[in-house]
Amino acid sequence: MSGLRVAVIAGGLSLEREVSLQSGTRITGALEGLGHDVRMLDVDPHLVDRLGDDPPDVAYLALHGRTGEDGTVQSLLELLGIPFTGPDARASSLAWDKAVTKALWRQNDIPTPDWVSVSSEAVRDLGAARLLPRVVDTLGVPLVVKPSQGGGSMGVGYVGSADQLTDALIGSFRYHGVALIERRVIGPELAISIVDGEVLPAVEIEIAGHGPDDHYDFSARYTPGATTLHAPARLPADVVDAASTAAMAAYTDAGARHVTRVDLMVDEDGRPWLLELDTCPGMTETSLLPAAADAAGMDFAALCDKIVHAPLA
Amino acid sequence: MVRISALCRSPMEPRLAAVDPHLKRYATRAKGMTASEIRALFAVASRPEVVSLAGGMPDVSVLDFSDVAEVAAEVFRDNGAMALQYGGGQGNEALREALTTVMEAEGIHARADDLVVTTGGQQALDLLARLFIDPGDVVVAEGPSYVGALGAFSQYEPEVVHVPMDRDGMDTDALADVLDDLAARGRRAKMIYTIPNHQNPAGVSLSQPRRERIIELAEQHDIMVIEDNPYGMLDFKHERRTALVSMAPDRVIYLCSLSKMFAPGMRTGWVLAPRSVRDKLVQLKEASDLCQSNVTQAIAEAWLRTQPWEEQVVAFTELYRDRCDAMLDEIESAFPVGTSVSPPTGGMFAWVRVPDQIDAGAMLPRAINARVAYVPGRAFYAGEGGTSEMRLNFSYADADRIREGIRRLGKLIRDEMALLEAFGRGGRRA
Repeated sequence: MSGLRVAVIAGGLSLEREVSLQSGTRITGALEGLGHDVRMLDVDPHLVDRLGDDPPDVAYLALHGRTGEDGTVQSLLELLGIPFTGPDARASSLAWDKAVTKALWRQNDIPTPDWVSVSSEAVRDLGAARLLPRVVDTLGVPLVVKPSQGGGSMGVGYVGSADQLTDALIGSFRYHGVALIERRVIGPELAISIVDGEVLPAVEIEIAGHGPDDHYDFSARYTPGATTLHAPARLPADVVDAASTAAMAAYTDAGARHVTRVDLMVDEDGRPWLLELDTCPGMTETSLLPAAADAAGMDFAALCDKIVHAPLA
Repeated sequence: MVRISALCRSPMEPRLAAVDPHLKRYATRAKGMTASEIRALFAVASRPEVVSLAGGMPDVSVLDFSDVAEVAAEVFRDNGAMALQYGGGQGNEALREALTTVMEAEGIHARADDLVVTTGGQQALDLLARLFIDPGDVVVAEGPSYVGALGAFSQYEPEVVHVPMDRDGMDTDALADVLDDLAARGRRAKMIYTIPNHQNPAGVSLSQPRRERIIELAEQHDIMVIEDNPYGMLDFKHERRTALVSMAPDRVIYLCSLSKMFAPGMRTGWVLAPRSVRDKLVQLKEASDLCQSNVTQAIAEAWLRTQPWEEQVVAFTELYRDRCDAMLDEIESAFPVGTSVSPPTGGMFAWVRVPDQIDAGAMLPRAINARVAYVPGRAFYAGEGGTSEMRLNFSYADADRIREGIRRLGKLIRDEMALLEAFGRGGRRA
């Protein structure tokens, strides 16, 4: 196919703006190198005018966080009649919220760790803080607390004992008003990327420090060398297959398309536990999807090319 | 039907993703250079939807750019060959002459030959740190202190000891205790670093008795003083305070800059130092970047020679004073009980202490979501400190924006307090 006119939409006002700009800049460069006619657009009051006045053949969504992944931009693009990468507005709005996604998975027997959702309003207005000991009784420890919306590991807290839960919840509420308190699965952390219906090799995440306080947090994600990505994963083939099958089921269940990354943990029995699904996966130098593509013999430009063509197929 | 990439099942050995080909080559000192969530959050602060009280930018939009253009044109027309050529490591002599007149306005008598022109005051800090700091040396600084100085020093691995401040600047009784304590342990500080006028970030100025006491203590313990004075002329009452360097020219190294008097884009700062130090600074400057840009030096010189620069400084000062008044007024009504701020004597910043249970750094994501930004206090300490403090800038946003930003911030702090209260953390930090 000859060069496309592509609008890479990146930036926005979410807490992940910086990461999105890094992703968008890389994608723009790669697509330009392939001969596409590319412009990078930020999310601002002129976005609709720019897209409407000069519609591209396709929009590549490199947005992370609210507005970009929650269906808002997707709705606008649907109204403008511009094809775009990633799920439609309705699916985006569901996949964006971790609590909603997990509830759908649970309904369809896709394994996800037990969890409880708590809102800051419930704590402030209904006295929900009193119920936290019951949450610990129900889910046990260790736990992970994370904002129900948002990514980049921002606001994620690890709870090793019951007395750490309050601090973790307060930390999470600073990023979003609803927090998930989730049973923590101990074991290898995997990311499984799916591009245009094809499952790429699983990426296994190994944090350089190995200590109990070393987690796949913001610094570990975006500092080159802080994390080692093993791609393909070092796990046995049957474990990776089970994880890939679960990830594909989650992808289908969420109405995802074109590109998605599913994050999961593998327990000591080799069983996958799905944590979340990202419909606008990061494309920075240290991101997981490009590492998966690389392991499949697909360089970064080829990956971008495949994704940008997917909505037009 | 699951389609799995063929290579996923290949016998290929697992391999490491090539995230940075230079990873194994970085020097040890680069180890601390990690991705920071706070830095990423500030990427949002630059968007117009966010009222940013976080930056440290003067409002250069009030300059008459046609005047600047005329000055620059004159430089190229009359002195193009010089402006576009390399220069000496010490800096353009005509500019150094002009800078002595700037210092005269603050009561400092210096000769052009005693100055070294630097790329803003920041390069002067770096060169001085390179010249004087060995790993483990003690640097005494106000607490809080300028984040850029702490960053410049940290490259050379000193131990920074902070001395608390109040409305009269560095607490000299506490300074005496620090120096005595060091002496008792057989140690001596290498330098005392101070921003005596309209301090960044605290906004306050050092009283005259304390200036005298600092010099006295420095003499007694034989310690060098670095006096950093980028804000001295931005005094809300147009007062001029006695420079430390005027009191002890052999002991004090004086730094200044045109960034706040004219424009930071000129990247023009300078150091006044005793001859022996000056000679070494010139060597370091040459090793670092050969020489200051002759273009900006010539424009700066022509600006100071042909334009009413002192009137411009007064205009900046009055603008910032009005904005500072708006900020303090709004803080008074919008912030909760338990907030305190020392009224700035000039400059560009106000330092706010919020109720103890608030962690200003941890609250920042919430602030960005609420479309307002500030710098958490922790950045201004080399170690612990500043948790319940924040720096607010009043030089860049206009008064209405500042008021709006303060209202957002006030609501945010109240919401944070309510959340902590709901968790039974009303009285202490989470």
